[in-house]
Amino acid sequence: MPPDSSANIQSDRNITLKAAVLEAMFEEMKCDENVVLIGEDVGAAGGVFKQTEGLFETFGADRVIDTPISESAIFGLSVGAAMAGSRPIVEVMFGDFLTLVMDQLVNQAAKVHYMSAGGFNVPLVLRTGIGIGGSLGPQHSQSLHSWLAHIPGLKVVMPSSAADAKGLFKAAVRDNNPVIFMEDRMTYNLKEHVPTGEKIIPLASAAVKRKGVEVTIFAISRAVHTALAAAEILLEEKNISTEVVDLRTLAPLDVETIVSSVRKTGRAIVLDGGYKSFGITGEIAATIGELVFDYLDAPVMRLAAPDIPVPYSPSLESLMVPSVDQVVAKVSTMFGDSV
Amino acid sequence: MTNSLNIEQNLAILDRMLLIRRFEEMLIDLDQDHDFGHYHLYIGEEATGATVVESLIPTDLLLTTWRNHGHLLARGTNPGRMVAEILGRVDGYNKGRGGTLHLTDREAGFLSTSGLVGGAVGLAAGAGFALKQAGEGNICVVFFGDGSLEEGVVFEAMNLASLWSLPVLFMCENNNSGAISAQEGGFPSSEIAASQISDIPKSLNINSKLVDGADVAAVHTVVTEAVSNIRSGNGPVFVEAYSERWPGSRPLWPEQATGVTQVASAWDESLLTGEHKEWIIEFDPLIRFIRNQLAEGLFSKDELFDRDRKIQTQITEARAFGEASALPDPQSALDGVFAA
Repeated sequence: MPPDSSANIQSDRNITLKAAVLEAMFEEMKCDENVVLIGEDVGAAGGVFKQTEGLFETFGADRVIDTPISESAIFGLSVGAAMAGSRPIVEVMFGDFLTLVMDQLVNQAAKVHYMSAGGFNVPLVLRTGIGIGGSLGPQHSQSLHSWLAHIPGLKVVMPSSAADAKGLFKAAVRDNNPVIFMEDRMTYNLKEHVPTGEKIIPLASAAVKRKGVEVTIFAISRAVHTALAAAEILLEEKNISTEVVDLRTLAPLDVETIVSSVRKTGRAIVLDGGYKSFGITGEIAATIGELVFDYLDAPVMRLAAPDIPVPYSPSLESLMVPSVDQVVAKVSTMFGDSV
Repeated sequence: MTNSLNIEQNLAILDRMLLIRRFEEMLIDLDQDHDFGHYHLYIGEEATGATVVESLIPTDLLLTTWRNHGHLLARGTNPGRMVAEILGRVDGYNKGRGGTLHLTDREAGFLSTSGLVGGAVGLAAGAGFALKQAGEGNICVVFFGDGSLEEGVVFEAMNLASLWSLPVLFMCENNNSGAISAQEGGFPSSEIAASQISDIPKSLNINSKLVDGADVAAVHTVVTEAVSNIRSGNGPVFVEAYSERWPGSRPLWPEQATGVTQVASAWDESLLTGEHKEWIIEFDPLIRFIRNQLAEGLFSKDELFDRDRKIQTQITEARAFGEASALPDPQSALDGVFAA
């Protein structure tokens, strides 16, 4: 259990996603002294979003390490440290800054295990915040998860809720591979009941967040909440029974859960906060087409961010995030005149 | 410079230099019979790698970039398994997944050969970080060329190493001076605005040294002091070891322009006839070392021939081992993307 020094860990067990990840970090750092946290302002400052608050006071400057603004070397250092016995959690403040670590991530971290024929592992977690909202502008709002999922050797995890976030984060820390853990900042303060004790959620396991029989919405991260809200409206207003599958992990992808849901519902729509072109919505639609085409009663539909840089103004920015209304409308078209 | 090495150390260094030289001469020949991707020769720089490892202990960690054969062989990796890896065979160190550009050997503490020249330096800072956390007094050595300094991650990594007093020896092999016929091979030279490479780490408060990388005794003196400092917890040291570049790399210039080395040319210059004769006399670190050690009576000419013959036999066997090793099953390429 986390120590008392952590002020933002709550006792009623309805805690935010941010607090759940923090709790996971406390627990993992407590049980494995090789786990270290490295990043910009993660130490005494407790993180720019207070997402690492209390760790520095508990584990000290040797294990909670503030760094200069050197994303490339911070991550390269974490890869080398992981190869030599550490288990770093390295924080990149904004997902946009992944561009600065791409060489170390793609050419080093993702390939070390394979290139060395298993001689070396890279057990690390790259934690970063993504997502659109709050007028952060084009260089602080991107969701680049599809980029990362494209690279063999990287695992990409994107929780939608607090309990999932905690269980997935603990699994990520214990995994012997580079895991990119991406949290949408707009989900940071969403609360839910998070059980105490050891609950590890295996990576590559999607979750059915709402059962339905007529259409499946596949979503990840924040988009899961949009999907759930849309499913409720679809039932109430159109009498459509909608299943919502939270992918939770993009890479490796839980293909089995995807195809079994489509076999049941016969209709699929994929929802994502990242760009539509060359992104995960296309990947999942193609996977469904390849594996369960015969079960489909309608073409697989997609809703994702338009292919433009994320604009600053709130009115412009709103266009980037698929809305509940858009999902309801899109699903309705899949049922033709019957609704 | 006065030789502070004892007889056994000097002989070990001689053997390493001969091993590296004969290995790479064999590699050029191997290239005639087999089609493999790249090689980048360390010939002309052997004194540095062969001597640096003398100051290390088995639990230290090493990294390098793709001019790596010398570093691995000096550390004691098996030349047969290296040939197998370069030929992409199952008995290679990396089962044919890395090739010459990515040779690693966990047992030798050889973490990485990076294809991105600056990349190894970032990883090295991390290895140093982990070693410091472990607190057992081990250090990390990273070899890289002058060109690596052109990549930004090297500056960032050196800055972190300096700020956090990481136990890292930055071993910069500056082979950019007086390159033989660089234009002929068309291979690029580094372009760095600093007037001296070792000024760059100096500006980050890293203890920086400049040494003739072809002078075994000088390298040993500088590196031994550096390693001792690093091991004592005084933070990183940067050593710029300069040497004369040897031509020859694949695919840019796959040719051994300076010929197969005759150890007797250390005392009989009439054996040298090619256009690079003066270069070999003046700069070849192996010939220089033999000449000096003969003068100091370390070994006789017969003993030298004997050592060279044994090493050539070892290399012949290594080549045969590599060539006899099977190619991996194509389907096995799909395995091992992730660690268990």
